[in-house]
Amino acid sequence: MDFHLTREQEMLRKLFRDFAQNEVKPLAAMVDEEEMFPETTVKKMAELGMLGIYFPKEYGGAGADVLSYVMAVEELSKVCATTGVIVSAHTSLCCAPIYENGTEEQKAKYLPKLCRGEWLGAFGLTEPGAGTDAQGQQTVAVKNENGDWVLNGSKIFITNAGFADVFIIIAVTGTVLDKRGRKSKEISAFIVERTDPGFSVGKHEKKMGIRGSSTCELIMEDCVIPKDRLLGKQGKGFAIAMKTLDGGRIGIASQALGLAEGAIEETIKYTKERVQFGKRISQFQNTQFQLADMHAKTEAAKWLVYSAAMKKQNHEPYTMDAAMAKLVAAETASDVTRRCVQLFGGYGYTREYPMERMMRDAKITEIYEGTSEVQRMVISANLGVN
Amino acid sequence: MKCIVCVKQVPDTSGVVAVKEDGTMDRAAMATITNHDDLAAVEAALRIKDATGCKVVVVSMGPPPAEGMLRELLAMGADEAVLVSAREFGGSDTYATSQILAAAVKKIGVEDDDIIFCGRQAIDGDTAQVGPQIAEKLHLPQVSYAAEIKVEGKTVTVKRLLEDGYMTIKVQTPCLITCVKELNTARYMSVGGIMECYQKPLEIYNYETLKDDPLIDVDTIGLKGSPTNVYKSFSPPVKGAGMMMEGADKATVEKLVSILNDKHII
Repeated sequence: MDFHLTREQEMLRKLFRDFAQNEVKPLAAMVDEEEMFPETTVKKMAELGMLGIYFPKEYGGAGADVLSYVMAVEELSKVCATTGVIVSAHTSLCCAPIYENGTEEQKAKYLPKLCRGEWLGAFGLTEPGAGTDAQGQQTVAVKNENGDWVLNGSKIFITNAGFADVFIIIAVTGTVLDKRGRKSKEISAFIVERTDPGFSVGKHEKKMGIRGSSTCELIMEDCVIPKDRLLGKQGKGFAIAMKTLDGGRIGIASQALGLAEGAIEETIKYTKERVQFGKRISQFQNTQFQLADMHAKTEAAKWLVYSAAMKKQNHEPYTMDAAMAKLVAAETASDVTRRCVQLFGGYGYTREYPMERMMRDAKITEIYEGTSEVQRMVISANLGVN
Repeated sequence: MKCIVCVKQVPDTSGVVAVKEDGTMDRAAMATITNHDDLAAVEAALRIKDATGCKVVVVSMGPPPAEGMLRELLAMGADEAVLVSAREFGGSDTYATSQILAAAVKKIGVEDDDIIFCGRQAIDGDTAQVGPQIAEKLHLPQVSYAAEIKVEGKTVTVKRLLEDGYMTIKVQTPCLITCVKELNTARYMSVGGIMECYQKPLEIYNYETLKDDPLIDVDTIGLKGSPTNVYKSFSPPVKGAGMMMEGADKATVEKLVSILNDKHII
């Protein structure tokens, strides 16, 4: 077991940190305040190869590994969780399912443009009646006389939706009988392009945190897509969605990790400057112990996240690892940012400092891509507790 | 065509400047960065590469860890690197360094349409002497303080940034240009570039490689041979914040003149 980064990973960490500090941090407050999707930053990240980090060069990727992608989302989220989730959703929820389930033609058509950032990706699973209960899908896809697929239905809370060009859409394609003869939905995955007829992006959600990320509704009204847009085999959509979310959870865990680390960095800096009762507040034992606890907890989360990333990279089963990483990192991010606001005192509650934004941003990591409760379900199921 | 860029790894003076008891800088105790002016020189060369497809070779004299910096420059887009490294070269002043670097550049090979780039000066020594001395030793025309560079065939037009204005000079290749950090903003490494940088060629030139070059007088290199001796290094006293005066009225101007007069500035 070796806990050291490779020399390339060390260099990548430096690149991501420099980029985050110089290009992302200065915009973070504005991105939040004005609910501004950071389009220019996305273009810059694309030029540096940050939108296809772990995909092979033959598909336009940068040829690095999953851990490097994790470090990118982590470093971005230290200063701006909005920018972090844009990369995470694009990579884990759109590029990854195409790379892992697509035909050679689909990979050749979509991955180079996605990895180079010419196209941005998104993933549509959640519906008004199907969030945590992903089996509750209402969106349907039926074949027409030409063999093409016609999609009808809507998706909600779709990250990157307003700016994405390619969407992975999960839809019901029929009914099947299970082993006991009970009827259940046959679910399939599709690649839908923004310009497809009958496809539109609806209402933009106003959110508590990650306010610069574009979260919208997707509407499909007799949306016709060619037959070769089926992703994976018909009826395998639920498995594709679940596997995609396993990977997505590593991305969100990295976002949560970055938030916790970023909050601690800001708080250490602040407590060394702020003077009360004639002392820097970093000299009070309460501050020292709080930060020590927060750092230890965050480091523990970090190794869970990195370990899940390494397992994915090595093609080992990682479903439970991703669930544990996301559960622990998200709850750490929420706890740490809340405690950091407390250490900042009144200033932490104002928008003059980034802490209240970080606390708002952290909350979503306990909710999206599977709530903390879902992660506990996944972990306990993997433990055989039922 | 190719661009050869001389770069130096320097202590990061934005942090703490560590000085040893003997008055010399404690380089091992300080983080290192690529010298700012040299990064501008690398970027200038990479922009020529973007436009013409020419080769970019980066060369640095320093201890073995300087390879890390050279790998970063390869990750930014440079094609090849040369690390000039030997115990015999350690402690060289500008006179000694320029002999060694001139010999290294000569070994890389200077062709008719090549450009040698250097940073104006390094933030540790602040001498601005190495670039011009390399040019002299290689009998190349030199243009220092480049703030704008345009290449058309074998003609290079350089706008020099001087204290009291600009000067534009046209020069023919092969030539040596020293760059100021205001010339450009250096690009980041790219993810793909990082993944490739350890596969790119990096050659080590040691004492044996260069000692027989007539450009090098072995008695005048290294700490012993260098004519310059540093007696003491120290952090300069912090300057005061200065005083701001606002207003364009006569009274303010009179007050300003009076203050300057009191300080014998005018």
